[in-house]
Order: sequence, then C-alpha cells, then structure tokens
Amino acid sequence: MENSSIIKTENLIKRFPVGKTDFTALNGINLTMGTGEFAGLVGPSGSGKTTLLNIIGSLDTPSEGTAYVLGKSISLLTHAQSAKLRNHHIGFIFQTYNLLPVYTVYENVEFALLLQKMTGADRKKAVMDALEWVGLTDKIYSKPSMLSGGECQRVAIARSMVKRPEIVLADEPTANLDSKNSHHILQTMKVLNRELKTTFIFATHDEKVMKYLDRIISLDDGKVVKDEILTAEKY
Amino acid sequence: MGAGLRTWLNVAVLSFAFVVIIFYNGMLDGWNRQGRNDTIAWVTGAGQFWHPGFDRFDPYTFQDSHNLLSPEIVSEVEKKNLSPVLVSQATAFPQGRSLGVILKGIDPEQTILSLPSSALKDEINQDNAIVGKRFAESANLKKGDKLLIRWRDKNGTFDAREVNIAEIFNCDVPEADNGQVYLSINNLQKMMGMQNEASYLVAGENNPVKNPDNWIFRDLSFLLADFDKLILSKRVGASIMQVFLLLIALIAIFDTQVLSIFRRQKEIGTYIALGMTRIQVVGIFTVEGGTHSILATLLGALYGIPLLLLINKTGISFGIGQNMNITLADTIYPYYSLKLIISTILLVILSATIVSYLPSRKIAKMKPTDALKGKLQ
Repeated sequence: MENSSIIKTENLIKRFPVGKTDFTALNGINLTMGTGEFAGLVGPSGSGKTTLLNIIGSLDTPSEGTAYVLGKSISLLTHAQSAKLRNHHIGFIFQTYNLLPVYTVYENVEFALLLQKMTGADRKKAVMDALEWVGLTDKIYSKPSMLSGGECQRVAIARSMVKRPEIVLADEPTANLDSKNSHHILQTMKVLNRELKTTFIFATHDEKVMKYLDRIISLDDGKVVKDEILTAEKY
Repeated sequence: MGAGLRTWLNVAVLSFAFVVIIFYNGMLDGWNRQGRNDTIAWVTGAGQFWHPGFDRFDPYTFQDSHNLLSPEIVSEVEKKNLSPVLVSQATAFPQGRSLGVILKGIDPEQTILSLPSSALKDEINQDNAIVGKRFAESANLKKGDKLLIRWRDKNGTFDAREVNIAEIFNCDVPEADNGQVYLSINNLQKMMGMQNEASYLVAGENNPVKNPDNWIFRDLSFLLADFDKLILSKRVGASIMQVFLLLIALIAIFDTQVLSIFRRQKEIGTYIALGMTRIQVVGIFTVEGGTHSILATLLGALYGIPLLLLINKTGISFGIGQNMNITLADTIYPYYSLKLIISTILLVILSATIVSYLPSRKIAKMKPTDALKGKLQ
C-alpha cells in the first residue's frame, strides 16, 4: 500500500427518506484510502457498504460531511464533472455484471473508451490488452448471453480496467459466482492491482473475497466499527 | 433495439401511416394537377381579360358587360394569342321542356381552348352549336338534333332560333359543360346585335397584350380560386385523418419508449456509471426511438414504392365525377412530388423523435443508484 491519499471522507452522513422519516445509511464515516490499496468494505446487509461505494463513485452525494475523490469534493461536482470523473478515473464492477446485452465482448469493453474520444488504433490496443489481462481474447465476438457467469464478470473487469482508472469499485463481484470462478476473478484483480497500482475497493460479505484483501473496513449501522490493515502477502 | 416484435409492430404501423399519407396527398395532388390542367384547357386558358362589369357567376351582368374589340385585340385574335367570348343568358327548349342556358359565342378558328370549335363553322347556313356531354344527357340531345333557343338581344327584344347540335364533347370540367351552349361568335354577335363585341377574352400562353383599355386581367389564381378552395378543404379533411393515423403509430412508439425505459433501468444506470452524462443517455434513447421512423421509412419504401408506382400507372377510377358537379376526372392519377415525399419523411422522423424524447426526459431525473438497482421510479 502506498501513502498518497486518493479517497478521503470526513464525517460522511447519508440519509434516505423512508416514508415520513429518514433512514441513516452512513453515520459519520471518516476514512482515508491510498493509491494501490486492495480494500474491502464488509458488514451485514444494510450496513452502508454499497452507499459508501456509490458516493465514492460519484453516483450519489452525501447528505452531510465531505467525500474527496482524487482531490475533488463529490458534493460540489456538476453532473457533467462527475460523469467525467467516472469515465476517466473510476471503474465499476457489479454483482450482476451489467454488461450491455446487444454488444459483443469487444464492444462492451470498448464502450468506455468511446466516450473518451480515443483514436481507433489506440482504442483497439487498449481493448485487446484489457481482454488479454482477463484471458478472453478468444471471445471478442461473443455476446454476453453466450458466456458463463465467470466469463461475464471477467468482461466486466476488463471493461472497468480498460481505461486504466485510478480506482475500481466492486460491489459484491463474486456473489453470483461459484468458488472456482470467484478465486479466478479475485486473482485477476489482485494481479492488476499489483501491476497497475489501481486501487480496488470491494463491498462484500463474501469470506472468499476477504482472504484477498489488504485492508478490511467493517461497517455496521452506517459506522466504521473496525479498520484492519493486513500487511501479510497472502497471494 | 432490444424490443423485438414490439419494435417491428411499431415500425409496421408507422410505415403504413407513412405510405398512406403519401398516397392520400398524392391523390389530392394528382386531382389538383388534372383539375387545374383541364380547367385551363377547357375554360380559362392562360388567363382572361374581362369587361369591368362582367361576373361569370352573375348572369345579370351579362347583358351589359361587353366591349368592342380594338384593332390591336383583333390582330392578336388572328394570331391565336387571344380568343374572344361573348356571353348571354337564354332559354333552351329541348323536347318541349324549358331549360335556362348560357350562350357562349366563340371563335370557330380558336385553338387556345380544347373546345371542338371547328364544328361551329357555318356550313350551308346552319346555326351550328356544340354542347358538353353532361348537358346533352340532361337535355336528352344527340349529335344532329335541333335545339330551340330563345334570347333577348341588346335592346331587350326576345328572339328565337333552332340550332343544330353539331358536336357533343366530353370534358371533366362542369363549368365548360353544364348549361353551356356554344355558338360561333359571329352568329351570336348578330343574334345579340353586338357586332365585333365580346364579354371576355381568353389569353393563350404567348399572349403579348398586357393591359388593354377597358379590359381587366383575371389571372389563374383568381379564375381557379374555387377549385383551389375545394382542394384545400379536401386537404384539411385528409390532414385530420392522417393526424389520427400518425397519432396511433406515435402512441405505440411512446408506449414502447416508456416500457423500454422502465425495463432498461439497469442499463441506464450502467451507462451513467461508465461515464455518460444523463443528457447523453437521453440522447441514446431518443435516437433509438427515432430509429423507428428510419426503419418505417425504409419498410414503407420497400412495399410503398412498387404499390404507389402501380397506382400511379393505372390510376384510380371513381366514375362519379360527372354527377358531382366538380372538376373530377373519371380516373385520377396520383402525383408524388419530391416535396411531398421529403416533407412526409421529415414529418414522420421529427414526430417519432419528439415522441421518443418525451419519455426519455425521465432518465435525466433518475438517480443512477436507483437505476442500477432497477428500482421503479
């Protein structure tokens, strides 16, 4: 883990209206994360893992407090600025893969780069590199419906990594996968974390994921109850 | 497009609306062209010079509305650039019945109008007349029959004479036919005591006379105003039908868009997570919906072009024009102008795009986190 901070939250509070009252999903979160971390937000359902991930990913904004991502306050970003932040600096991996069903594997991975107006040759190289990382160069013309769950998630990893983002946010990435595929996916992400110094942040309660993490941040009722840094190299 | 059968049903309905709009307007344009051409050929020529008091719809003006033909006009008549017409009220008595008619004296040598005026050349001192098919049928006249007519000359004196029906012509313009009895202008001038006079002059295409004294020029927009109004009224009626037809197709597209946005919330959330702005996502869905219209245009062209060309070749026969007292040919040949086709394509594309945009605006208000979860909003 390196020391330079790329994510910082200060007294982060997030409330959601539920009927006539508010539900507090995050209640005063103070966190700092550095470049190249492989960290996990763990805790039971409703503890605020996904909410925190969404705010870091600028898909949501805090009700109170501040979240800084790459030095930018999420609350102060316009729609266009937060879209640009996501497009250039943040990759997402979802539990249900969220691949675009009408596009091929290649097109799904290429999609993020199209928004960056990269030239055709550079784009092709970046896509093929990303697919090589996840071992799917032989499936470039396949549609997501033709792939297994593990393959779909590998495409999702390639899609999140193709633009070489500083941060990848993965929300329960192994929840729909069997043990073998889960380990394969996690090993792939771990390698990318090491080689590209990309910060990976997981929201998970999967024991398999936890084994790979360098840092485990335990949440409960919207609060950080434990922040454990594991220095030992396990994989 | 992701909506499969629903998309193609929408495209089919929209393409049907597209083809029907072109067909219906093509029919109206065809009718308009044929009607205008026929009226120009049989009645108006390239325009007319009227005596200031003359009104074709007011027979009471006929008696006093006539001018002497100046040497300049006579010269142009001889060159077939102008054709004088003298008009008078009269009563005809076919087989003892009494019918109000308009006597029109025309030059037997004229070539500006399609009337078979050469039949009026007076052979063996006969008073030849020509009438249209409608009038001949209503008066039960045949070629070679004698028709007794009675008129008042310029002094108000009644006179009567039998004329010989030398020709019965067939035309689609009721104004040239109903209640019209054509005589040689020389004969009518003598009968009326109006030597070298005419009520109006029909101008040919190359008429050089612009503003002759004591005559008022009536151009085609004036002379065809009633026909234009008739076409306009038909067009308004047709527009209402077309709007309803288009509306059905557009409602189907709107419905599909609403359903598509509802079903594809996760996809919308993914687009935003990948770095698209909401406006860009609205754009994607709007273009996708608008694509219905492009596909409809292509599909419409696929079956519409052969169908419309066939109708254009064979025409559509109504067989009722002669009885309706309107200028309507037995067979109408639709006319599909480039303007009609382009404006219809633009109408279909524009309306489908707007209808696609309206539900897509909802995306701009979606929370990406809810969209990713596929939560109903």
